[in-house]
Order: sequence, then C-alpha cells, then structure tokens
Amino acid sequence: MAIIYIDNKPYEVKEGKNLLEACLTLGFNLPYFCWHPAMGSVGACRQCAVKLFKDDNDHTGRLAMSCMESIRDNLHLSIDDPVAKAFRSQVIEWLMTNHPHDCAVCDEGGSCHLQDMTVMTGHTYRRFHYKKRTYTNQYLGPFINHEMNRCIQCYRCVRFYKDYAGGKDLDVFSAHDHVYFGRAKDGILENEFSGNLAEVCPTGVFTDKTLKEHYTRKWDMTMAPSICQHCSLGCNIIAGERYGELRQITSRFNSEVNGYFICDRGRFGYEFVNSINRIQQPVIRARFPEAVNKPELFVHLKNILSGEIIGIGSPRASLESNYALRKLVGKSNFYQGVAKKQVKLMETVLQIINSGHVHIPSIKESEQADVVLILGEDLTNSAPRLALAVRQAVVKTAMDEAKNINLPSWHDSALREYIQEENGELLSLYPVNTKLDEIASHTQYLNPDEIARLGYAIANLLNPEYPAVKNLDDGVAEYAKVLAGILKNAIRPLIISGTGLGNESIIKAAANIAFALKTDSQRASLIYVVPECNSIGLAMMQAGSYQDVLNAGKIHQPETLIILENDLERSWGPSEASSFISSFKNVIVIDHLHHASSQKATVLIPCGTFAEADGTMVNNEGRAQRFFQVFMPANENIRESWRWLDEFKQIKDGRTIEELSEPENENLLGELITEMPQFKGAEMAAPPGDFRIKGQKIPREPHRYSGRTAMLANLNVSEPKPPEDPDTPLSFTMEGYRGIPPSPLIPFFWSPGWNSVQSINKYQVEVGGPLHGGDPGIRLFTGIESSERLILNDVPEAFHANENEWLIIPLPHIFGSEELSIYSSGVKERSPQPYIAIARQDADRLNIREDDVLQLKLNDRVFNLKAKIKEELAKGIAGIPFNIPALYGLNLPAKGILIKEKDE
Amino acid sequence: MERPLTQNISSQRLPLNLKDYIAAGGYRSVHTTLKTLSPQDVSKTVQDSDLKGRGGAGFNTGMKWSFVPMNIPGQVKYLVANADEMEPGTFKDRLLLEGDPHQLIEGMIVSAFAIQANISYIFLRWAYKKAARIIRRAIDEAYEAGYLGKNILGTGFNLEMHLHTGAGRYMCGEETALLNALEGKRATPRAKPPFPQISGLFGKPTIVNNVETLCNIPHIINYGPDWFKSLSKGEDSGTKLYGLSGHVNKPGIWELPMGTSIRELIEEHAGGMKTGYKFKGVLPGGASTDFLVEEHLDVKMDFKSVAAAGSRLGTGTMVVLDDRTCPVGFIHNLEHFFAQESCGWCTPCREGLPWTEKILLSIENGQGSKEDLDLLQMHTEFLGPGNTFCALAPGAMEPLQSGLKYFREDFEKHIELKICPWR
Repeated sequence: MAIIYIDNKPYEVKEGKNLLEACLTLGFNLPYFCWHPAMGSVGACRQCAVKLFKDDNDHTGRLAMSCMESIRDNLHLSIDDPVAKAFRSQVIEWLMTNHPHDCAVCDEGGSCHLQDMTVMTGHTYRRFHYKKRTYTNQYLGPFINHEMNRCIQCYRCVRFYKDYAGGKDLDVFSAHDHVYFGRAKDGILENEFSGNLAEVCPTGVFTDKTLKEHYTRKWDMTMAPSICQHCSLGCNIIAGERYGELRQITSRFNSEVNGYFICDRGRFGYEFVNSINRIQQPVIRARFPEAVNKPELFVHLKNILSGEIIGIGSPRASLESNYALRKLVGKSNFYQGVAKKQVKLMETVLQIINSGHVHIPSIKESEQADVVLILGEDLTNSAPRLALAVRQAVVKTAMDEAKNINLPSWHDSALREYIQEENGELLSLYPVNTKLDEIASHTQYLNPDEIARLGYAIANLLNPEYPAVKNLDDGVAEYAKVLAGILKNAIRPLIISGTGLGNESIIKAAANIAFALKTDSQRASLIYVVPECNSIGLAMMQAGSYQDVLNAGKIHQPETLIILENDLERSWGPSEASSFISSFKNVIVIDHLHHASSQKATVLIPCGTFAEADGTMVNNEGRAQRFFQVFMPANENIRESWRWLDEFKQIKDGRTIEELSEPENENLLGELITEMPQFKGAEMAAPPGDFRIKGQKIPREPHRYSGRTAMLANLNVSEPKPPEDPDTPLSFTMEGYRGIPPSPLIPFFWSPGWNSVQSINKYQVEVGGPLHGGDPGIRLFTGIESSERLILNDVPEAFHANENEWLIIPLPHIFGSEELSIYSSGVKERSPQPYIAIARQDADRLNIREDDVLQLKLNDRVFNLKAKIKEELAKGIAGIPFNIPALYGLNLPAKGILIKEKDE
Repeated sequence: MERPLTQNISSQRLPLNLKDYIAAGGYRSVHTTLKTLSPQDVSKTVQDSDLKGRGGAGFNTGMKWSFVPMNIPGQVKYLVANADEMEPGTFKDRLLLEGDPHQLIEGMIVSAFAIQANISYIFLRWAYKKAARIIRRAIDEAYEAGYLGKNILGTGFNLEMHLHTGAGRYMCGEETALLNALEGKRATPRAKPPFPQISGLFGKPTIVNNVETLCNIPHIINYGPDWFKSLSKGEDSGTKLYGLSGHVNKPGIWELPMGTSIRELIEEHAGGMKTGYKFKGVLPGGASTDFLVEEHLDVKMDFKSVAAAGSRLGTGTMVVLDDRTCPVGFIHNLEHFFAQESCGWCTPCREGLPWTEKILLSIENGQGSKEDLDLLQMHTEFLGPGNTFCALAPGAMEPLQSGLKYFREDFEKHIELKICPWR
C-alpha cells in the first residue's frame, strides 16, 4: 500500500495500479475515455488529466494523465486544480468540435459515457463554429449499427476488437481529424465478440442493432439480473424489457465469470423470447377447441396425472423446474432429457470434477494460466467466452516477461509493443482447424480417439503411474514428449476439454493429464465444456437417460409422459423420439417454443423463458447462479415450469383448483437440497425472497422509467397495479431501494452522474475488481484436496479408417448449433449452410471437389450436403455442423456412409 | 578541417563512390573502431565529445546510447537512422544523404558497434527519391566491400543494413512513431517510458539517431572529442548544418561552427534580405520553433543560446519572415501542415490543431474576432508539452505562441479591418 495525497488529503491506495484507477476506486469522479479496466491504459484521450506535484513544496505542478502514472508513495496530486479542471473541460470541447450532438436521436442517449463525462467536466458551450466533418457509415452485419459521426476517437473499439478479441476486420483508417474506425469495406463484422463494441464504445458509434429494431432507452426498460442460456459457461447478463418484449441483453459484470464481456450468441440470441413461435395457451389436443383455460386444463390433468408418470427433465431448464418435475413423478421415474451417451459423458465429467483431485478454475482463473492445453474442443464455437479468456492467458504469459523492464501491468500499449507477436504456450488438439490455432504454439489435427491416446500418452510421460498407450504412432509419440515437456515446465497449467466430440476417452485423458501434473509445487487446473446452460445441474440429479425408460423393465408402462422444456428429437433423432413419445397415451409437453416434440404432445403447457422465470442453474465450473424474472408476461398462461409442475403435484395429490396454494421457488430449492445434498450452497446463490434493504425491495426499473401511467392508457385510462413479485427481493416497479444491492440482485448498473455501463466502477470493491460483497454465484464443487490419486484407464484403440464408412463428428458453430439462439434472425443469418467436411485424402480417393454434393446416410436418414474439403482432417473422419436446424437429432458421433452424386 | 560533414560534398559532381570515399579517408573510423576499440570506448568518446542530437531535441548522443542494455547474450538490438526529414523549411539531412552516403553508413557501422546492434535501418522520407537511389547503391557497395554483412573486416562483428522508405508522414520523424511505421503499423507515437533503448523496434533495444548526428560519429572517432569541441564557437561542440529559406538573397545550407550567430547567417551566408524586403522575424530551427525577432539577431545558434532567447535550435534550418509576408497567413500555412500531419492519436492535437488552423484562416480572411485570439492563446497553453501525447502539437504551437507575442498587432489589424492588410 502507498499513501498518496489528493488535494492535500492523504489516502491509502494499492500499488501496481495507475493513478486513474486509484482515484476511481476512492470514489472520485475523474472523467476518462480511452482507459478501460479490462484493457488498461494507452494515454490517447487526455481526458483524465490531473495536476501532479513533485512534493508538498511544489505549488506549480504539471498536468499529467492519471491513467499513465504509476502509484508511488507520497505522490501529490490535485483533481480540483483549476487548470486541470479547465483542461478536462477543454478536452470535451475538442471532442465536441466534430460530435454531431444528436443525443435525442442517438441510441446511446441516456446511457452514454460521453454524455456523462461532458456533464462531469462542466463543459456547456461549444465555441467551435466551423463545419464538422462527416463520415460515411458502414453496414456491419445484423448485430452492430455504425454511426461514425459520433466518434470521439478513443480507440477503444479497435483495442477491444483487435488486441483483446483477436478480430481482424475492424481497424483504424486515415489520420488526423479524419481517423475512421470501421472495416476496409462494408460487411459483417466477423469476430464472435463484436457485440461488446456497443458497450466498449463510450458513445453511439457502435450500437446494438437488434435493440434498434425495438428501441427503448435504458431508463425505460424493466431489467433483471439474469444468466445466459446459450452455452455452459453461465455468463452473467442483464436482460431488459418494455411492453412485454425483451429488448436487450448486456453483460452483467462478474469478475469471476464473464468480467465485462459476453459473446455475440449470448448478447443477440435472445429473440426466441419474442418469437411468434411461442406457445401462448394451454392446449389439449384432439378436442375442439384445443385451447383451454386453466380450470378446463386442470380437470383434464386430474385424470391423466393420477397414475404413474414418466418425467423427462431438461439441461436447459432450471434446477427448480427439473426438481418440481422429479417431485411430481418421483425419483425413480425422473429421467434426464439427454441421450444415454450424453448421460455417460456427464457422469464422467462429474466424477472427475467432484473428485477434488484437481482445481476447477473460473474463467478469470483461466486467464491466469501460463500453459493451456485444449483437448477436443473448438472453444470459440462451443464456449466462446472461454476462448476469449484463453486469448488473454497467452498474451498475459508473454506480458509477464515485461516485468524485466519494469513495465506496469496497466500499460497496455507499451506491453503490446514489447511482446509484439510473442504468445504464451497454447497447445490445441482438434480434428480440424479452430480459430484459436492462430495463437497456438502447437496445433495438432487428430481424429478423436487419437486425441485421447495422445492425451493418455502425455499423462503417462508426466507420471508413469498413469497408463501407457500401446502402438502409438511414432509422430504422435514424439509430439506427446514435446507437449509433456511444456506442461511439466508450466507453473499454472490449464487443461480444457469437454463433451464436444462426444468422446469419453478424451475427457478421461484430459483428467489424467491434470492429475499427473499435480505435484507438491504445481497445481493444474481442469475445466470441461459441457453441452447446455444447466447440463451440470441436471447431471447432478443423477437420473438415467430417457432412453433408459424403454429398458426400465416396468410391467405396466405408465400412460403419462411429461417432457420438460425439451425437444427430444434434437438429441435422439426424429423417428426414435416420436416412436418413444407415441408409446404413451398422454404426453404433456411444457415448453416455451413449439418444436417437433411439442407437436406430438397431447397436452401442451406454455412456460416462461428465462426472461419470464426465476431459477437456478449450475455452470460448467459447478457455480450455482440465480436468474431473475425480467417481466411478468401479460399472458397469464405463461408461467414458470416449476410453478405449473408444483400445481400439477397438488392436483395429483387431490386438491381442487380452488385449493391450490401458491408455490414458492425457495421451498422447492430447499427441498431439493434436503433431498440431494450435492446441491448444498445453491440456496445462497442469491438472497432469499423475503430479503429487504431498509424494508424495501430492489426495483427492476430505473427511477427515470417513463410513461408508467400512460403506457397502457389506450386500453384503460386507469393505471394498472404493477405486478407483484412474491418470489424474489426484486420489484417490478421504479420504487424501492436505490443504493447498491447485493451483487446477485443487481438489475442494472447506475450511479448518480454515471448513466452508462461504466457505472460498474461504483459497484466494485476496486475498479476492475470484484463486486461489493463478492461476485455472484456459489461454487458447489469445493475441490477438497485429496491425497489419493485417481487414475483413469480407458485408452482407446487406434482409429482405423474404413473405406466405406466414415466417423461423422459434430462441428460446433457459435451461430447455429444452439437451439434457442437460432430464433434470432441475425444468428440465423450468421449460421452455416449444411455442409460435410471431408479429408483431402478421402476427397482425392473419391474424386470429390469442393462444393460437390454428397449424400450422407446416417441413422437411417439421408442428407444431401455440400462438401468442404479439409486438408488437416484425418481420413475416414467427416464432420457436419452440430445441431443446426437441418441436421439435428443425429446423436453424434456416429458412423455414416458417404455417396457422391453421379457426375452429370 | 573546418567542415568535416560536407568535406566530400560538391554540387559539381556525383557523390563519392566507395573507392573514392575510401581514398578521401573514408571508413577509417570503422577500421579503428572494430579493430581497436571496445563498444564502451566508442560510447565514452562520443559522450565526451558532447555531440548533441541533430534531429532537434539536442540530447547528448553518447548518453542516449548508454541506456542500451549491454552484454546480454542473444539480445537482438537495432540501430535506426532517422532520415524522415519532413519539417517545412528543413533540408539539411537531404544534403548529407544525397551528397555523401558512405559517411552515413560509416557513422552507422560505428554507432551500431557501440551499442552492439547487428541490424540497422535507414528510415527515409518517401519523397527523397534521389537519396533513396544513392543510399541503396552505397549500401550495396558497402556490402560488397565487406563493410556490411557478416564478420566485417574479419573482426567478427556483423551488421545488416536496410533502407526503408516511409509512406510520407511527418509523424514518422518522431522516433517512436517511426518505429511503429517501420514495424508496418500506424505511425502513432509510443509512450515513453519505456524508451526505445529498452523496448524499441519489434520490442527490442533500439537507438534512433538523426542522419546528421550519425554523420558526425566517424570524425569524432578519427579526431577525438577535443578536436570536435574545438570546432564550435558556441556552447555546444562540433559544426552544424544551418539552412536558411525565405526572402533572402541566397537561400541555402552551410556547414558552420556550432554557435554561429543568426545575423552572420542571414547577412553573410545568405547575402542579406532581398531588396525591398525587411527582416521581421525568424523561425530559427524549423517550423516547430518559436519566432525570434530583430532583438535576437546576435543570438548564437547553439542549443543553449537559442533556448535562452526563448526558442529552440531545433534542426538549425531557419525560415525568415519578412515585412511583405502576412504573419497570420504564414502561421496559418504552418498550422495547416501540422493539423494535416497530426496522427490522430490524442485529442488535443487531433482536434485542437484543425481548430487553430480554421481560426487562423478565418482571421486571415477578415472574419476573425477578438475571442478568436483568446482561443488561439488557450490552444498555445493547453497544447503544451505533457498535455499532448507527443511533441508534435507543442512544436506546432511554438510559432503560434511567439507569433501572437511578437506580431499581435498584425492579428488585431486583421480583425479590425476585416481584411488581411497584406492583400
């Protein structure tokens, strides 16, 4: 710690930071633009000027940029110095010489850092009376809108896009006061994190184009803390609504999980909530009219719920909903809504991460790794935010070298100039090339079994107690030595693997490496990517797969099946799933979207999406996180699945509709933990429903929320009573506690004078650091150190290509492979056309050229797919885009036959 | 020898080829250095000579070298000759580049040896096409003769030399922006520290020296620091290339003892003002230095004396302002240049310079107001050193702030008369 003097008052501050960070952490309102807590300092905007004095005898001082000054003991500075204030105000006036002052029609207005900083500096009157420069804007694709005239040239966009996220197609062009930030020509921004530009840009140059489609000011939105539904990482998000429509997703800072950034699937994949494909009404099929009201529904249900029921849970439904189903159907009749193969994979993953033999890192911890080994995951497409973390890890490792020349860690530009293209060690093993290959020090393209074999071989080299691999190819053996050597020298090695290739041996091999690396001086981290947002939570319930229902050996097959938030056809295949479904007399499907399985329901129940529900999910690191209902849908039929299911239970237990009691989310969670102690801690993921601050709830609406008395006046001039929220400490109104709530309950970031997302500063213990009271989420796997060694032994035989049969592997796509996000038109636009990736060797053998149409026969289905020839792919392997709408339900990997259409 | 730098330069013939250059005593310092001296000896000699950087900043060259880390096995280091001469009124390096290319190469070999750099670059202004041809030929000759390349003169010292022509940005004259440009990046300056001596080209220790600075090195090695000091009649050692442009009888460039007075330069060497033109002021060191006026004519042109008079020696190439040229228009022209050459990295320079340019144009066109003078004044203060990222904007403000000081009446007259009195 150091003592610094700000306007003659002493303050204790942390060393190693810069002066701007220190001032902001102390709560001073010092304006800035180019500095970003996650991206460090470059000293471009000159907005954070303060007066620096040599010592306490120096009364003249000099202007200095606080972001470029290291904290040192006995530093004297002034924020209030008149010259410093005048200079900061002047910087704004300069920025305003070309800014269009179009706040009224700008999407950023009201949550604009430039507005906030302008007010903060006191600049009011612009003395520049010449012409402003005018730019041409570009088409940047479906996600991001471009309005260059508003640009204040802080360079944050290119620094984020190129330096932080590894993007290639956004740059700075031209010079002097014509600097232009955009693409070389119009076109879709390619990087998977482009949406963050809307938050990184301090004004309205880059804005969320999907928000523009149904625009609402930040202050007019009802917002709630939520969790992303589109992969297993559980990034924290804020979701905003107005008029019953979900309008926007932004990143909700959580220093352990997503930090400041989320991926484009997470940000733009929300439109399924507003989809016309939503189930709106309970339906009882085969009668007229099919749509029914609640009393009719419950009369019908009373009969069909009375007997034994099979319940199928969902990896994308909350713990509460899954548990409510399990409670209704009974433990032995509850099945996981995933295929058998997947259940097995998840059991293995759970066994490993539960073993306590290895540390399971958060994303933030992943960024600290000095060597990263990825086995069988294309992270950019399967867990994008983790790929972004890996990028930071390799850069940080290189930057560690800069300690030799005393470069502080915040000095971003100097660090990057020093390390140039240097990177830390990233070792990547995957069948085809991935986007991270460009920063990888070692990349090897191997078939899935060979990845596992190489992994096992590495573990064996690290510690001979681990099984050796027989008949290893000489090249692969040599490679294993190289990788083992690199891992051995690592200080903080990180092993990343997952269920992506559906190969259990890879998962086990990854674990062996992590276990083998564990010595007295070294601790390896191991993280798995799993399929869905609550895959871990569902797996922790330890139920069988729906495929086990058929083999359950029941004498009388139950007549009623309940499918919770799940399209069985997606994971099981259309014919298998439908014959399974049709073997039941009554099929109740509870979901929010119509899909293939819902078509076969005899009773269809509409449920809320994440935006209309409260719930808890467990991410891939075992972090239980609560998401909160954003808004109360006008349609009363749309309710949380757990609420429906709890009522079903009451009906089944003999209550009448009049006797139904209001179910409580917390009771469910409490019962869940009592029954399954492995979930202990999940109840602390967020404060309980009766939590109040000074007797007040936390409002989901900013105090400037407008039009409440008028927004429904076209229907009724009387203002309706705001909906109540009995389940959570949040209210659906503007009224309530205005201060900083406990971190899991932050519905939006706002602080007086800080209307933009930059107000996060005020919610953090230190700028860029954890949120006050700790970051949200409770780790359910505590990783208790165990002295006993766990050794996995499942070395696969070497893969042999078969001339007539291919191993078809799933290739994930950030846009396209996920069930819900595909409902966003932009995501759909970015998703790939169906294709089949085949090896060059196979292509040459069969005389196949790029884009030739191949017929793929797989699981009794036939697909015509365009060929993509991959030089790096091993022969006998072919890949198809995973779970895109045209190719779902294939239960990959699987064997398939390829036939070339006859040449014309 | 009074004119070491230009002794081989003649406008009557082509520059000396390698053979003739050697015959004239060239490359002697390379033999001496590589065969008899240690890197420390060279640095010490240069430091003792008090050679100051001729690019304008005037920092002791030997001192600059001394910050380069030495004796680290395997450490890659670079030497870069800054030949991106692009300031209005400045043409001194051009003379050396076109007139005696081997002198620069010789200086670079010795300098590279001093810092133990094995790769060197000449970063040349794009418009110096003739110089590019001449330098390229000279480098080829030097390679052929074994002065460049592997194991130079059998001493085990290696030096590669590359000519890199810029894309035409004034900014590239700033040493860190030059390094970025050389790396193929945008020519934006870098923050200092870290200085290039620690983290320079491609992140490695690098020395960037001006062409004229490097050309002095062989002579300092050959004749010693005391001789070098004795060349001067001012505070700093050596000779200096002084250039002079404006409405004088014989604009030109001369190598003269450091500390030659402004009066001597204008009256003796440039042949005085043209008939009908009266001296009004002078930018002593190029476009980015403060005006000096009549009362300063006897100021000695060395770093210390010019600074004492309130300006900078800069590159030592003067631009004379006369009474028949409008000072507002003159300064507007300069600010137009600086505004255009701003790299666009920091706010005050990127937005402030175009603003001053627009104000000056509006005053020049008779549309200015008294408030405009306050705005100009504000810019001269807020675009000062330390407030902007690099020295471009502070340099740009020097002619403006001194112009406002010495020629304020002329500015006011424009505003009063609503027309330029020189029109």
